Parts: sequence; structure tokens; C-alpha cells
Amino acid sequence: MQKITRYVCYDLARNKIVLAYTAVLFLISMGLFSMEEQSGKAVMSLLSIILLAVPLISLIFSSIYYYNSYEFTELMLCQPVSRNRIILSQYTGVGVALLMAFLAGVGIPVCIYAPDASGFALILAGSGLTLVFTALGILASVRTKDKARGIGAVLLLWFFFSIIYDALILLILFTFSEYPLEKFTVGLSMLNPIDLARISIMLKTDTSALMGYTGALYKDFFGSAGGTLISLAVLLFWIFIPLRMAVTCFRKKDM
Amino acid sequence: MIAIQHLYKKFKKLQALDNISAEMNRGQVIALIGPNASGKTTLIKSLLGLVRPDSGNILFNGENIAGKYDYRSRLGYMPQTASYPPNMKTGQLFSMLKGIRNNPQFTDTELVKEYGLEQMYQKPVKTLSGGTKQKVSAALAFLFDPEVLILDEPTAGLDPLATEILKEKINAEKKKNKLVLITSHILSDLEEFTTHVIYLHEGKILFYKSLESLFSETGESRLGKVVASIMKSGLPKGFRTSDEQLQMKIV
Repeated sequence: MQKITRYVCYDLARNKIVLAYTAVLFLISMGLFSMEEQSGKAVMSLLSIILLAVPLISLIFSSIYYYNSYEFTELMLCQPVSRNRIILSQYTGVGVALLMAFLAGVGIPVCIYAPDASGFALILAGSGLTLVFTALGILASVRTKDKARGIGAVLLLWFFFSIIYDALILLILFTFSEYPLEKFTVGLSMLNPIDLARISIMLKTDTSALMGYTGALYKDFFGSAGGTLISLAVLLFWIFIPLRMAVTCFRKKDM
Repeated sequence: MIAIQHLYKKFKKLQALDNISAEMNRGQVIALIGPNASGKTTLIKSLLGLVRPDSGNILFNGENIAGKYDYRSRLGYMPQTASYPPNMKTGQLFSMLKGIRNNPQFTDTELVKEYGLEQMYQKPVKTLSGGTKQKVSAALAFLFDPEVLILDEPTAGLDPLATEILKEKINAEKKKNKLVLITSHILSDLEEFTTHVIYLHEGKILFYKSLESLFSETGESRLGKVVASIMKSGLPKGFRTSDEQLQMKIV
């Protein structure tokens, strides 16, 4: 498996999109940190950009990479290599490349300007989101043979997790505002990795004080050691389950 | 060596393979022929495990290949159209494939030398011409000295000299008692070394015969003529298809 992963990584290290992604992330982070006086504010601005950009880039890039390396996949499938190994090495290769890009682009500036709890939470959440959405991107592409439809599906996924899902939660909250829904919303936010990342970073900053009763409940849950462990576990599930589904689908696929 | 048992495969509405059964053994050079879209490539891809059949088994040395991959180390495959990772240099392609098979002691580099591919090692694969890519895939198919060679349209796109080199190589492998499976529309290329012919039509094996019995039954002496007349007007009278042969065996 390492050999194939190595070739995928080697291929991606010279990929212009990955390099451009790193550079853009780096410029945005450096720009925000040098404009804002307080590093906490810069972290919050950076957070809203990362929550949109990281899932989008991870989804689209992993999907395009999967379709563009179809030849490589076919070549590997004619070799004495199991299908699990092929798809998992592709995931690992893309995941590692995007993670490196994120760590270089955001991790380095954060370590320089905001080496505190909120900064590290940001790095951790961004890395988690990268791995989750790379897995989702691979899953969507393995399931659709046509490239255009695959990328369409991936865009829809992004749209769902970053916009539609929040709208649905708001709708539920307004409709059932008479009822005590706090615990319910904690559960709902677990089901969306972007929300999970957002909440766990916000709680590390001062903004959580502005969130009222729900914020206090969030702090009670996510702020505790048990809550942190649970959200980490949920994030891992978000990586593991799409990946598991992608592997199952890839094993049965006709090339 | 390879036993195919009642293989079915359907792509949406198209029945690509319709109850295919055949046995292939060492020392045979089998020409897989048939009109376009008769299921040749699907059959080959099923042997390689690229296509998963709906039902039926393929046994490789008595072992079912479904879900297995080790057996592929004994297969050499030359695809119809060569497509390789575009960012890779030709030399890297060779060393990567060797690496995946844990750098075997012996590699058969005869075709690499004959085609002068070493001069191409520094060039990215995407800059190679169609014919050169075809040479690369031929060299890769023979590289690990496989027991079974599967060649899909091997001479398409090769110049006459390269074709001759490839034919000599196939002949040499035939003498080493290997199983070679070739599809081609250029029947004169096949005639020189073929021992058996499988004729596919709409996903069925119309016949599977040795070349001599094919000639004696049809009275022709050229493979091209036999196949052309079958494609045009169906099977000649007194010619037994696989199904009828099977029935006779049962009787």
C-alpha cells in the first residue's frame, strides 16, 4: 500500500492546484493576522473562510483527482494488487496532500500569530474537515461513473452541508420554538461535520459568551472533556463511514 | 489452465456475455474474434477482474478468481488503447510496476531493448506518440514473464517493423508453452501462430475450434476468408457450433 500511496503523493506534490491552494490559504491567513490587532478576531474571520473553503476544495479536488487518475487506477487493477489497497492509497494520497497544504497554509501563520487554544482548535478542525470531505468526495466519485455528474453530486454535498443543513436547523428551531430543543440541537449539530467544527472552535474563543442559553449548553457539553472526546469520535466516524462505503462500492465496480 | 463456466454479464439492456463456457490450456494460442460489440473486451476484462460478471465462475489453475488478485501476477495484459498516468516518466512507469511486484529477480526486457524504449525513459508518458505508447504496453505485458498473455488488438497502431518484432515475441512465448489469448481484426496477423479460434457473436461463443479443424470443415485455407464468410452469411452447412457439439457429447 505504501508504494502506491507514495506514487500518488509524488504525483500530487507537483500538482499546481495543490500548490495554489497552499499559497492562497497562506496569503489569506497572513493577511488576516496582520490586519487585525487582536489575534482572536483574526481566528474568527479565518474560521468562517475555512469552514467554506476547506470542504469545497477537499470535495472538488478529491473528486477531480479520482476521475483524472482513472488510467492509473485501471493500470493498477491489472496488477496483483487488491482493490481495497488501490482506493485506500488514493484516499491517503489525496488526504495527505490536502492536509499538508492546509497545515502549511493555515497552520504556520496560526502558530506564529495565535498559538493559543482557539488557534490549535482551528488547526485541528480544519485538518478534520479536510479528511472528512476528501472521504466524501471519493465516495461520491466512486459511485458515479460520469465525471460531470460526479462533480455535480459533490457540489450538491457541499451546498447541503454548508447552507441547506443550517437552514433546515433554523426552520426546525423556529417551528418548534415552544419546546425545549437545546439537547436536540446539540445532537443535530453532531450530524454535520462543518457545524461540529464551527462549534468546537467558537467555544474556545470569547464569542461563546454571546450565544446565550444554547451557548451555555454547548459549552457544558462540548467544553467538557467527555464532549471533546465525543466530537472527536464523531469526526472519526465521518471519515470512516464514507470511506468504508467507498471501498465497498469500489470492490463491486466494473471498470 | 483457465476455465470459464457459464459466464453472464449484462450492461443495462445489453447482454454482453451470454452463457460463456470455455477451457484454455498451456501451449494454446487462442484468437478471440468476432464482430464489433460481440463481447471480446468484456470477456478479457472479466478474466482480469476488471469487470465483475453477474453470474458464472472463472477458474485460474482450479481456483476461483472472484475477489482474488494474486493470480494477476501470472497474467500479462496489453490493453486495446494504452493509457498511462500522464505525469509519470516512462522510466518511472517501469520502475513503479516492478516495485509493486517487489522487484522480481528476472524481468524479460527483450521488447524494451528491441523497441529502444530505454531512450524514452526520461520522457513523460503523455508526450509519447500513440505507436510508442503501444510499444510500452507490449513491453510491459511481457516484462514479468507471465504464464498467460492477454493481448487486446496488439498490432493496432504499430508500424510493420514493430509488428514483426511483436509477432516473433509471441511465437517465442508460444514455444515456451504459455497460453496466449489475442483479439484482433487483422486476421492475417493471427494466422501465423494461432492454434485455436474462439468466435464470439452477441455475447455467445459461436464456435471454439482448432485452426486445422476449422479449415477442414469449411474447405478454406485462409482464416480471413472463413471469418468473412461467417460474418456475411452465417455458419456454413455441416458446420457444428459449440452448442451442437455439446449436445453430441451428451448423446
